[in-house]
Amino acid sequence: MIATSDYAGLKPAWCLGCGNFGILKALNRALIEMEIEPHQVLLVSGIGQAGKLPHYTRGNVFNSLHGRPVPPAIGAKIANSELIVIAISGDGDAYGEGGNHFLHASRRNHDITYLVHNNQVYGLTKGQASPTSDVGFITKTTPYGAASPVNPVALAIVNGASFVSRGFAGDIDHLSNLIKKGITHRGFALIDILQPCISFNHKNTFQWYKERVYKLEDERYEPGDKKTALEKALEWGDKIPIGVIYEENLPVYEDQLPALSKGPLVRHKIDPAGVETLLAEFV
Amino acid sequence: MPVDFNFMVGGEAGQGVQSVGFLLAKVFARGGYHIFADQDYESRIRGGHNFFRVRVSNSKVGAIAEDVDILIALNMGSVNLHQPEMATQGIIIFDGEKIKEVSGHNRSLLSMPLEKLAEEKAGGKLMVNTVALGAALSVVNYDLNILNTILVERFGKSEVGDRNIAAAKAGYEYVQSEYKGDFRKIKPLSEVKRMLLTGNEALCLGAIAAGCKFMAAYPMTPATSIMEYMAAKSQDLDLVMVHAEDEIAAINMAIGAAYAGVRAMTATSGSGLCLMVEGIGLAGITETPIVIIDGQRPGPAVGLPTRTEQGDLQFVLHAHHGDFPRAVLAPATVEDAFWVTIKAFNWAEKYQLPVIILTDQHLASSYATVDRLDLSQVTIDRGVLFSEKGDDPFAYMRHRVTKSGISPRAFPGLGKALVVTDCDEHDEEGHLTEDARERTAQVQKRLRKLLPLRKEISTPRKYGSRGAETTLIGWGSTYGAIHEAVDILRKEDASVNMLHLSELWPFPAKAVADAISKARNNYSIENNATGQLARLIKAETGYDVGGRILKFDGRPFTPAYIAEAVRKEAH
Repeated sequence: MIATSDYAGLKPAWCLGCGNFGILKALNRALIEMEIEPHQVLLVSGIGQAGKLPHYTRGNVFNSLHGRPVPPAIGAKIANSELIVIAISGDGDAYGEGGNHFLHASRRNHDITYLVHNNQVYGLTKGQASPTSDVGFITKTTPYGAASPVNPVALAIVNGASFVSRGFAGDIDHLSNLIKKGITHRGFALIDILQPCISFNHKNTFQWYKERVYKLEDERYEPGDKKTALEKALEWGDKIPIGVIYEENLPVYEDQLPALSKGPLVRHKIDPAGVETLLAEFV
Repeated sequence: MPVDFNFMVGGEAGQGVQSVGFLLAKVFARGGYHIFADQDYESRIRGGHNFFRVRVSNSKVGAIAEDVDILIALNMGSVNLHQPEMATQGIIIFDGEKIKEVSGHNRSLLSMPLEKLAEEKAGGKLMVNTVALGAALSVVNYDLNILNTILVERFGKSEVGDRNIAAAKAGYEYVQSEYKGDFRKIKPLSEVKRMLLTGNEALCLGAIAAGCKFMAAYPMTPATSIMEYMAAKSQDLDLVMVHAEDEIAAINMAIGAAYAGVRAMTATSGSGLCLMVEGIGLAGITETPIVIIDGQRPGPAVGLPTRTEQGDLQFVLHAHHGDFPRAVLAPATVEDAFWVTIKAFNWAEKYQLPVIILTDQHLASSYATVDRLDLSQVTIDRGVLFSEKGDDPFAYMRHRVTKSGISPRAFPGLGKALVVTDCDEHDEEGHLTEDARERTAQVQKRLRKLLPLRKEISTPRKYGSRGAETTLIGWGSTYGAIHEAVDILRKEDASVNMLHLSELWPFPAKAVADAISKARNNYSIENNATGQLARLIKAETGYDVGGRILKFDGRPFTPAYIAEAVRKEAH
């Protein structure tokens, strides 16, 4: 049995009341309920308050550069396909600095789960607009208001991601289930998580989200149709849907690599003599 | 009779310059000759002017020579452009029915109906380059059967194969019956089976032999062929090559794979490396072993995309902010590229740091004959690994402070030990910290790894007489050209030797200082504009390398060019 204590990490340095606590709790609960042991998990994070999460739980951890959790997560997954690989970003990390990796990981359908703590603001650098800040959001770096935001859910869908979802840090049960689904899904699984920032985002607060979010499951929504999913992805205002917005079984990148059919690369033996056949080609 | 013979094939991109050049090199390599061949091409898919030089010798050669003995000119531009490079008795093979306005000495012109022969004897004018190849072999009375065997190997028993054989025969026979000029003789030698391969191919073989299982890269000349080779062999050799979305992703993917316990690399050129710089530091602070190949080309920015330079030395020594250890290696020859790559993977894992291999377009795409590589000489050293048999996995600390600075590595998921690392400064466990004492301990620990690594650096190669008056200093791909320049100058009774570096960092300061303090004149011979090695020598030894012979036109040195420059400097 795996206990809560197995996932007890360092004491978080987040602000009291931060939405990140809900995400941490939901992730730990998902891993425990799935009976996954910490050594089976690899958490790859970027930079920002979200990037610190792996230190506050337990597992293998690669805390990477800003915007870059996805590429090392991909490399590690290919190197050891037995690892459960979870990449963790904030909105600046995922959709700003790491935007290109997000697009391409979506279309290549790597078998990793991507948690994006989306609080619509920069926390670590103290309150600048992020790629997902609402239009007109005024900060020290956007004195005339932020430009139109990125829609990560719609982007992931049109870029071919096979599992696209949105969670809410204020609903831990729901989020925990979503994370379980994301981990279970084979292929690239995006979980964009609405996460209130109590210090720097006084617009999109817990209350603001609570008044707007509704669960797709409650509406008997079926996530298998791309057009309907796109309509849902564009819904943002008085009502904001959470849950699995799009899901499809697509070829997984790692399944197409012949070398992995012989077991994880990390378990392959190194044999210099194997090159002998190649040498003959040059004679 | 010593043979030292130079062929050149010139034409537009798309005319088959590369394939005729390669076949020429292969035909003579099969006949037991030593080959050095280089490629000069423009950044375009069709048109422009490309050429391929093949030097054939019965002793080992490591550079291209200047005087062309036989030029196969597939277009008029080639005839006129390369006239000045022809040896006195040189012969230009061209299609006199297509190329009318030809200047030059009549005796050196072998005009023949290449296209007509291709159409009449080989079923189409696409075969024109093979007709010319047959003609060139005929002029030197070489054994055509060697070419036929190679063509069969290449095309199998197919219509294309048959047409190529017919084309070569048509060219060969035409010259035998119609050519009135002087024939030469190059007879096949013994049945020595040498390999013929490019620098990039040698790098790939080295990487695969070293157990590299993962590569991620983004296409960029001259490194693209490394990606393509690794991808082509990925099924048979059980490895993975990921074509990443950009260079930033490529290096970070490789770092992820290496962290997970697989030998990993990336390959690019200078401006791709600019994008990868953040990854060099990430590998540094997370102590992740990674091999980065930088096939240099002239910069800055896009520079001369298909040409050669040694302009990245100072860049790769310093790329990234902060202090951390790295190693920089620059193979001297095609064969060296194989062994250096194996060393790079071993050092990367032993010392848990980024290792940069500096090649350049010249080495990357030049062919050389190499004695069959002896794989029994390949050693694999994965460095200190954590064992869960002897030690408590729950006490494992990825960045444990040790006397040597090297912390045993564990791989995530293979045992119970949790492998934690961070691009932030971290404690011994790998968790981020801002503690001053822990920061200091980690920086010192990382830098301590340089001490044992420094001891592994080989003494620079020396050639020529000890205590010569003049020392020619070089690094990387210029080895062959400088080596031969020393021979040329010594034949003129000059007192000259060579000091050549291919292991550049950690810098072998003492060995270099000892060598250059002995000579009266030192010349740094570099394919860059500022003498980057000379500056490194000054910084690390305090010695000024007085003379500099620099070439930064995007073209490689030839031995004759270096010898002439030294003569001029001496006056």
